[in-house]
Amino acid sequence: MEEKVLMKGNEALARAAIEAGCRFFFGYPITPQTEVAAYMAKQMPKIGGTFLQAESEVAAINMVYGAAGAGARVLTSSSSPGVSLKSEGISYIAGSDLPCVICNIVRGGPGLGGIQPAQSDYFQATKGGGHGDYHMIVLAPCSVQEMVNLVKEAFDLADYYRMPVMIMGDGMLGQMMEPVSFGSYKSSKELAEKTWATTGTKLERKRNIINSLYITPEELEKLVVERYKKYDTIIESEARSEEYMCEDADIIIAAYGTIARVSKTAIKRARDKGLKVGLIRPITLWPFDKKPFEKYSEKVKSFLTVEMSMGQMIEDVKLAVSGKAPVEFYGRTGGMIPTPEEILEKLENMMGGER
Amino acid sequence: MATFKRPHSLTDITLHYCPGCNHGIVHRLVAETIDELGIEGTTVGVAPVGCAVFAYNYFECDMQEAAHGRAPAVATGIKRVNPDNVVFTYQGDGDLAAIGTAETVHAAARGENITVIFINNAIYGMTGGQMAPTTLPGQVTQTSPYGRDVQTQGYPLKICEMLSTLDGVALAERCAVNNIKNITETKKAIKKAFQNQIDKKGFSIIEVLSTCPTNWGLSPVEALKWLEENMIPYYPLGVYKDKDGDK
Amino acid sequence: MSKAYFNEEVCKGCGLCETVCPKKIVAINKEKLNKKGFNPAGVTDIDKCIGCAFCAMICPDCAIEVKE
Repeated sequence: MEEKVLMKGNEALARAAIEAGCRFFFGYPITPQTEVAAYMAKQMPKIGGTFLQAESEVAAINMVYGAAGAGARVLTSSSSPGVSLKSEGISYIAGSDLPCVICNIVRGGPGLGGIQPAQSDYFQATKGGGHGDYHMIVLAPCSVQEMVNLVKEAFDLADYYRMPVMIMGDGMLGQMMEPVSFGSYKSSKELAEKTWATTGTKLERKRNIINSLYITPEELEKLVVERYKKYDTIIESEARSEEYMCEDADIIIAAYGTIARVSKTAIKRARDKGLKVGLIRPITLWPFDKKPFEKYSEKVKSFLTVEMSMGQMIEDVKLAVSGKAPVEFYGRTGGMIPTPEEILEKLENMMGGER
Repeated sequence: MATFKRPHSLTDITLHYCPGCNHGIVHRLVAETIDELGIEGTTVGVAPVGCAVFAYNYFECDMQEAAHGRAPAVATGIKRVNPDNVVFTYQGDGDLAAIGTAETVHAAARGENITVIFINNAIYGMTGGQMAPTTLPGQVTQTSPYGRDVQTQGYPLKICEMLSTLDGVALAERCAVNNIKNITETKKAIKKAFQNQIDKKGFSIIEVLSTCPTNWGLSPVEALKWLEENMIPYYPLGVYKDKDGDK
Repeated sequence: MSKAYFNEEVCKGCGLCETVCPKKIVAINKEKLNKKGFNPAGVTDIDKCIGCAFCAMICPDCAIEVKE
């Protein structure tokens, strides 16, 4: 049994990044993820890595752009308002085919919002917070252990597909402590050398250019269309979700991250009362895993999407279900966290109190 | 027996700059410096949005195009990954003194070991001649059509003077390329700024006053005169900070 | 003795070179048009050229070479 250590989510994700070979972190303080930066400030110097607190999230994401363009594994993390500031930079990173990992430990919004957990950045992450046609792979861990595993995998995905990968957690995940082990991850991807990086020609090769500007529209379109072929392969091969007690379910809950765990508790209680309820937990928010919804949409009475928002992922659920079954919603926002009791009550209402 | 030709580290791609635009001169001075210091193989340039956004076409070394105002941050990222690379940014005044002021000030305050080439032509060139933070009081532009009114549009930023107060700055010098003497001075300053980086002395910035004939509405030769009579008095040439020298 | 050679097709006719030639032998050739539609500059009296390269130093487009 691997050695487990009790660790706060923010620090665990930082350690996971270091273990994935990340030696460059550019960040800026913002609750509830500041411990990531504090951890990096302490650990990076010990291993010859670089921790730099930038003057703003805008500067931080552009430092990430430069470092990624120079061929390094680089991480930045922030929370909702900070991620908004980074969205232009993320669009540039996607538009220049640069690999990096970006964490969003989501908090209540909009505006300054609050500091409690939320999931109200789903659209920003999956539908493009920045300008132009682009995507990030978005991974949504539901536990500190899964966050550790997904952070490591994120660096492989970023390098393999040469694109930004987002870890989408929430304030709860960042702040809570759970036992976690670090040893298990083994890379599954064959990673190519970064011959495109700006490391200096050494007069041995033609110059490398990191750029997203293409003033002739034919050229820009060709590049974007090419990139979308890559996105198609990712949709095909990387979409992932977890199923829980769906086989005989009358109602299937769709929920991700920590709220999937809250939903599981509600499901157990519902089952105790004879209500057959299951869960589909998207792990990749982009690409969204449609398969389980397609599989069950003709068998279930209804889906119930539960989110810490006013309902954002529900749109993707509806697209996947495409009208074959009703899709209801239950959510809390602003930092409020739905309780199992609330979800159970919603389930009972949906079943019309019928047993 | 002087001989003179295009420096190796300047590509032979035709420059898109307007006739008489000083960008072309400064590009060549930077390229000559890279050749003379023998650093083309280790140099990485960063060109943000502005007339010089296409600089990645003009320099033979590795280049990164940066978002408007963010070149010093991008350069920081590059430099931190490979400290032995010589990293320079090539920025206009709208980029460095408006949207990128924070990145400029903080890279300087950090003493980031990079070389910043700052082209001050008192206007936004690429977008067709709007007022810049360096536009002179009374100067007419697309967005100061009645002449820059300091009461409502404030005063120009004097970048070298500002940055000279920061301990991280090894060199802050303002030059011009409007005549042979000044061109020679500018070349020396640029070379010193690159040498500083090689010697790990920290942040060096060379501000080069430059003409923008098209948007000033002047001929290239008249623009040189306008620069001499208006810009140099407001932005005095000279060394504002030099860790080696007496300043 | 090195002389200045003007690449007329690269020249944009900006006239900066004219302002610095110590021998006053550089001028825009109004009668000529290059492919880009500019009147190219050139040396009016090559014998007087002392190869000082001033014109080349101020040329924004590397249109001028100085060589034997």
